Amino acid sequence: MSVTVDVAVVGAGPAGLAAAVAAAEAGARVAVVDAGNQPGGQFWRHAPETVRPEPDGHGHHGWSTYLDLRARFDAAQRAGRITYLPGLQVWMAEPGFTLHTTAAVAPAGAVPVAVTADRLVLCPGGYDRQLPVPGWDLPGVMAAGGIQAFIKANGALPGKRFIIAGTGPFLLPVAAGIAEAGGEVLAVLESSSPSAWLPHLRAASGVPGKALEGAEYAAVFARHRIPYRTRSIVTEVLGSGRAEGVRTARVDADGRARPGTGRVYADVDVVGFGWGFTPQLELPVSLGVDTRLDADGSLVGVVDERQQSSVPGVYLAGEVTGVGGAALAVLEGLAAGAAAARPDSGVPVKQPAAIVRHRRFAQAMHQAHPVPAAWQDWLTPDTTVCRCEEVTAGDITEAREELGARDVRSLKSFTRAGMGWCQGRVCGFAAACLGAGPGEAPDAGSLAASAKRPLAAPVGIGELAALD
Amino acid sequence: MNFGNGPRGSDVLVIGAGVVGAATAYFAAQQGLSVTVLDKGLPASGTSSACEGNILVSDKELGPELELTRYSLDVWHNDLAEHKKLWEFESKGGIIVASRESSLASLNRVMAVQKGFGVDVEELDQAALREAEPHISREALGGASYREDCQVQPMLVAAHLVRLATEAGARFIAGTPVTGFMRDGAGRDGGRVTGVRTPRGDFPAGAVVNCTGTWAGELAAMAGVEVPVLPRRGFVMVTEPLPPMVHHKVYAAEYIDNVGSSDAGLQASPVVEGTPSGTILIGSTRERVGFDRTVSTAALGLLARNATALFPFLERVKAIRHYHGFRPYCPDHLPVIGHDDRAPGLWHAAGHEGAGIGLSAGTGKLLAQALAGLTPDMDLTPFAPARFGEASPQTASREEATA
Repeated sequence: MSVTVDVAVVGAGPAGLAAAVAAAEAGARVAVVDAGNQPGGQFWRHAPETVRPEPDGHGHHGWSTYLDLRARFDAAQRAGRITYLPGLQVWMAEPGFTLHTTAAVAPAGAVPVAVTADRLVLCPGGYDRQLPVPGWDLPGVMAAGGIQAFIKANGALPGKRFIIAGTGPFLLPVAAGIAEAGGEVLAVLESSSPSAWLPHLRAASGVPGKALEGAEYAAVFARHRIPYRTRSIVTEVLGSGRAEGVRTARVDADGRARPGTGRVYADVDVVGFGWGFTPQLELPVSLGVDTRLDADGSLVGVVDERQQSSVPGVYLAGEVTGVGGAALAVLEGLAAGAAAARPDSGVPVKQPAAIVRHRRFAQAMHQAHPVPAAWQDWLTPDTTVCRCEEVTAGDITEAREELGARDVRSLKSFTRAGMGWCQGRVCGFAAACLGAGPGEAPDAGSLAASAKRPLAAPVGIGELAALD
Repeated sequence: MNFGNGPRGSDVLVIGAGVVGAATAYFAAQQGLSVTVLDKGLPASGTSSACEGNILVSDKELGPELELTRYSLDVWHNDLAEHKKLWEFESKGGIIVASRESSLASLNRVMAVQKGFGVDVEELDQAALREAEPHISREALGGASYREDCQVQPMLVAAHLVRLATEAGARFIAGTPVTGFMRDGAGRDGGRVTGVRTPRGDFPAGAVVNCTGTWAGELAAMAGVEVPVLPRRGFVMVTEPLPPMVHHKVYAAEYIDNVGSSDAGLQASPVVEGTPSGTILIGSTRERVGFDRTVSTAALGLLARNATALFPFLERVKAIRHYHGFRPYCPDHLPVIGHDDRAPGLWHAAGHEGAGIGLSAGTGKLLAQALAGLTPDMDLTPFAPARFGEASPQTASREEATA
């Protein structure tokens, strides 16, 4: 099956939904390809509408924005302006542009569609950035975002007693969501320090909504007596066969554990880690889009004031242009969708002031919550780094020191790190750091090698055989 | 010769740390020569990292190529025996499968000739084939088993040979592209090659060895000599990890025809094999499209159709990645190995096409013998660079002569 449109949007989270609506309302014929079964993405993930037709938005932020976008999305779909293609993943984007799709991993069954479009708006979002620590490969250890998605999709908890650790404001809604759903959060461990915020207050004050969100979380934390420990990390996940506890420590400004500050939390069911987010860059990279290093150390796509990338006709919105949260993603999606619908309007566009403000806020957030410089010190030689291929930190150190593997590409070749099922989506950032060496941050080239995945999603060989 | 005393000089300077350069450096160091290896990137950044790691006897043309293959196989099994584990050396054996009466007949003819030249090949009837590869297509009529065919992980070969060479005294410098040659100014073409120029300065050497694979022609042109090494693109597809389903390197009988072909169009014949990590490699296409890196859905489709024809179960398996590389080939399908009489001091070891991994060990050892002034175990005349004719004076005159 194939579809031909003016604008193809990849993703139906905050950015993709906004882009689709804006493009359709500007008169374009639009197709939306999304791995999910219903619009909303990770941020507005909710119970299947077949089961609960009218979700009340409990536990969601910006739900009224979602309802507004969703109503406009549904209207455009009814009017025949939007072709909505759920349950599909793009495994390859061909220049010019054709999107080749395959049924998403779960639930399978969607019929692959080839989408041909004059312009693309890529809104693939991001996923939790992970840093390995001894024991992180035990069952019961989850990505912080994974816990949140579990709750949003199932309305239930993956365990009873939780430890949430990492850095960044995202840890707050995850912990609050657990507590509101009836779980016990033993502690939230934030590696950074609250004083790290002080130099950035001015940027934060430009986005008043964020302060309000912060106050809400503070209230939830107080109500449920959730301890929020700054300058603290999990140094080891304890347990045989599954996570049963954690060992924690206080850290210095670089993230080095301070001697004598160790503490053990026992009877833990689930440990959630979140070290910021990694934008999902394989499609932009495969189309040759220029990238840069953002303040959080992530590789992101470069865009102009119309959200257009360095490749004409390819627009980017949301986390792929720099992690900044859902409100910014919606603003970028609206701008990208409108620009993609009318690429030749010729009018010089001034970037919406709200986007500038939110970006400034996001930069301040990244600077206040860095990945600790000394995180590699937490590893032991037998700590697993690549879970798919069971590659340890020791294997990687050996490849770096004896075989000269300094980047992700040669690390893959020599150790198989990042060569398994997830193709380095989980371990890519950590492997790039380890290749760069202790205390070093990876350069853009190494991260680009990690983001380069010629198949953007696994695809059946039987499906490939049908290509001509 | 002794150029090893200066801080930057050496007896032998190897350009390129792919498998061929790495093997040359390793064996030259074993000969007691002082060796410097330069690479514009890291070890195994070119074709060595974009291939299947084949060490094949089954697909070789009779003549110098087969002779070099057998010599090289001996080097892998003996000289390099102690290091086999470092690069996942596997004597898995190859099986060529015929699915049509006509291809079975040609396969039988090829086998008869190969046997006459001492190749270890055994005919497999349908039952024997099925026993060797239980998941092979019902359409398969019979095959040939080549027990000598082996496999290595080529990136590990290059990286470890470079490491072993440095342990034997060689020096490796990454991220150092060669931008020109130092010449002594004598003679009509600028004289003897006495070293290389790089952004990190000059590196004098008694002998400079061009091991730059698909870039060998460009490098040679800097010295004013023609070495026609051209790229031939190949795509390989990788499946999700599975329990062992494919036990040998399994090719279709048409594979042999394509290897020697000079057709520019897209060709593919199925080569399907399991790897120690559980993934299955599906190769491989052959196209002459220059250095075009555009992913071709036509190539992926062709690979998938051919592979499922050989192993129908693959239809339900997922591909998780694909890659492509550029085989360095010469018009006569023979590598270029030896001293270039047209530019004294310059040596080449390149143009091994799809056989570079297998032939690297033998190539490195033979070249090291020649570099040390010994008579190589095997006559290198068929691979001589001068077979491509005289130097073009026009190119040579552009080179800067240095005293």
